[in-house]
Amino acid sequence: MLQPCNAKSGECLQMSVRHSLFAATMASIVALVVSPASGQTLRYANQGELKSLDPYTLKETTTIAHHAHIYEALVTRDKNLKMVPALAESWETPEPTRWRFHLRHGVKFHNGDPFTADDVLFSADRIRAKGSNFLSNVAADAKFVKVDDYTVDVVLPAPNPILMSQWDGWYIMDKKWCEENNSVAPTPASATTPSYASLHENGTGPFMIESHQPGVKTVFKVNPNWWGKPEHNLKEIVFTPIANDATRVAALLSGEVDVIEPVPIQDIQRVNASGVAKVMSGPELRTIFLGMDEVRNELLYSSVKGKNPFKDVRVREAFYKAIDIEAIKSRVMRGLSTPSALMIAPELYPLSKDFVRPKYDPDGAKKLLTEAGYPDGFELTMDCPNDRYVNDAAICQAVVGMLARIGVKINLLAQPKAQYFAKVLKPGGFQTSFFLLGWTPATMDSQNVLHDVMGCRDDEKDPTRGEANLGDYCNKDLDALTDKITFETDTAKRDQLIKQAYEIASKDYGYIPLHQQALAWGVSNKVKLTQRADNQVLLYWATKQE
Amino acid sequence: MLAFTLRRAIQAIGVMLAVGIISFSMFRFAGDPVNQMVSIDTSYAERAAIRESLGLNDPIPVQFARYFVNAAQFKFGISYQFRQPVADLLKERMPATLELATCATILALVFGILMGVYSALRRDSVLAKMLQAVSLIGISLPTFLIGILLIYLFAVILNWLPSFGRGEVVKIGWWSTGLLTVSGLKALIMPSITLGLFQMTLIMRLVRAEMLEVLRTDYIRFARARGLTTRAIHFGHALRNTLVPVITVVGLQFGSVIAFAIITETVFQWPGMGLLFVQAVQNVDIPIMAAYLLMVSLIFVTINLVVDILYTVVDPRLRSTISRPA
Repeated sequence: MLQPCNAKSGECLQMSVRHSLFAATMASIVALVVSPASGQTLRYANQGELKSLDPYTLKETTTIAHHAHIYEALVTRDKNLKMVPALAESWETPEPTRWRFHLRHGVKFHNGDPFTADDVLFSADRIRAKGSNFLSNVAADAKFVKVDDYTVDVVLPAPNPILMSQWDGWYIMDKKWCEENNSVAPTPASATTPSYASLHENGTGPFMIESHQPGVKTVFKVNPNWWGKPEHNLKEIVFTPIANDATRVAALLSGEVDVIEPVPIQDIQRVNASGVAKVMSGPELRTIFLGMDEVRNELLYSSVKGKNPFKDVRVREAFYKAIDIEAIKSRVMRGLSTPSALMIAPELYPLSKDFVRPKYDPDGAKKLLTEAGYPDGFELTMDCPNDRYVNDAAICQAVVGMLARIGVKINLLAQPKAQYFAKVLKPGGFQTSFFLLGWTPATMDSQNVLHDVMGCRDDEKDPTRGEANLGDYCNKDLDALTDKITFETDTAKRDQLIKQAYEIASKDYGYIPLHQQALAWGVSNKVKLTQRADNQVLLYWATKQE
Repeated sequence: MLAFTLRRAIQAIGVMLAVGIISFSMFRFAGDPVNQMVSIDTSYAERAAIRESLGLNDPIPVQFARYFVNAAQFKFGISYQFRQPVADLLKERMPATLELATCATILALVFGILMGVYSALRRDSVLAKMLQAVSLIGISLPTFLIGILLIYLFAVILNWLPSFGRGEVVKIGWWSTGLLTVSGLKALIMPSITLGLFQMTLIMRLVRAEMLEVLRTDYIRFARARGLTTRAIHFGHALRNTLVPVITVVGLQFGSVIAFAIITETVFQWPGMGLLFVQAVQNVDIPIMAAYLLMVSLIFVTINLVVDILYTVVDPRLRSTISRPA
């Protein structure tokens, strides 16, 4: 502002002051407009609530996904579900039974505490403590040893190829913070005092909780000190649960929220036609299937007395072939399903292309039933949830119609999940003869399916085997293969063993896999998002225009 | 009078006890709460440990006794889902429900009386006939349908009002209010109409019928003969005499407005006690269900008690029959 001055009038001084003021104002306006620091607010509504901020108390996809914004694990899964480093920078296995993890330096919890090996050891204890619902995420027999502040060894009694497969859901907590706030163990449901950790958080993640009203509204704001490089352009996320389907869709269409999950199937076309939002859909990892009681000598709910028709493989094959999966896809699922020949999603098993569903063949099915001694079919009760999976009760109704064509008369018992699961799962005594169930292997690996869903129930030797095998489909050869798969560390060899196991199950018609249901997220046209097949809505990959 | 109040209070306790027993026995059919707390692949041993920690394995009489002893001290335990004391959760949600119920009732009273008076005085006008027809819709359409229709019209198509939630709230002590912000007031409009519509049409029909009755009585004719203005007759005499039954009905209905707020709250995602209850039922969150049912029955019992007592205060004829043993 050095201008020649007219000393007489003093004009130059005034001018320069005014000028510089103007310039400063302009500069600040420009800064305000272009400043990248402002960021966007993303409003997100889900059917379910964020019930607790304590990452070890509720094992449920929606909750785990919420926690992923504020807490981080040693490892995480990328957009294609591949395991990638997070709080652990790298790891190696010097011996088959010893894993060494090198922790990331310079990471700070939201309150400023540094992240070190002590926090990993503490979290390993806490997730396996009484009151945790994540006991299976970290192997009970794994011993955690601190080598130095940034190195942790995990010592195992036997090799474990899937040691880390569920570690992406094991979020690391701050030892000091937990101890100071009386939250060393997850709050058991029977506690009489409220838990600090369920209302407050202190993670290392890209977002922090600004306010949290359980079941009403949660505001996440961006963590400016996060170690990573953000892929989003957000400054905050406002989360509201909206349980009612119609209201949730209305909120998206009226522009009050930017992202909703899920969109009910019947509303997908309307959302796509609205011009303000689109439905992102893709196959989910969950496999929906039918199962039969193959263990009781007489079915609990059937007109056949004195014997169990499902013990005859011909009856199971007849049931399988009587189901017109394409009709279920086009009529019931409105095209939003991927018929499946396997009990695991193709994304999780590379050789799944080698399996094809047996053809729909009602006449052949009828013939098989006749051969098995049921020319006039029989009567049977089917158990089905009506609020758990996409169009679950409608699928069951379709199945009832299809089986009627081969003479099997089914009484459908479709109930809310609370009653359904209480009846059919192990604590309820597996009280079912014919059922519909969905399964996503928590480990993202076939071993889980083969062991939990298809393994022979054996309460004496291995009580966890076949725990979710509601009809106790059992083949000892398959079990022997599963045992090998559990310890086989060579991936190619392991995949071949898995293939043999699935071939046995297919030949036995042990289960009737139906399909992978589709994910349906409603996303405003202003928002770009990455959809992951495990249905975790991860907004740290979201960008919003405007 | 004291004996009467005491007797009524004892009856009220009996009612509460009955509600407690019924709700406790219902919980046994609600399903297994553990299923809602863990994922499906959780092991049996883990599930059993949770059951044990919740005290679900104790003998039924023990569970029942524990439930009652705690409920009598207003201790409802910790919510299975939120891991928070149920009393805190209810306290947090109560302002939302009470504000909604009060607004809906005021709305119903004001418009119900206005429309009722109008359709009684101008019985043959087109508007009165239309009001009658519309009131039939209000009485017969289910609440959730009205709510969804309103949402589509005013939120999606016209974009005037928010489709869900309470808007911005202001905290005054522990009470959160939506009445002090613009977004809070806007958010209140549609749920209030939805919740109040039934009461509104009820009051309208009641006022109309009572008013027609009163207008035929002798003292109205005398008032006319004395040359009072029509306005004084209609509003000073006829309406005032009509209001006694209206106030009784509104008083008694306030309890059901709170209880029926469940549906309205679900449709509008209104963060009140009703929504909390519905979600508790879906998730078999027994502590919340128990506390809510007892609280609603307490509200009903209290309102009835107050109304009974007020009757005797207002109407001396009742008092004389009460003091005489039945």
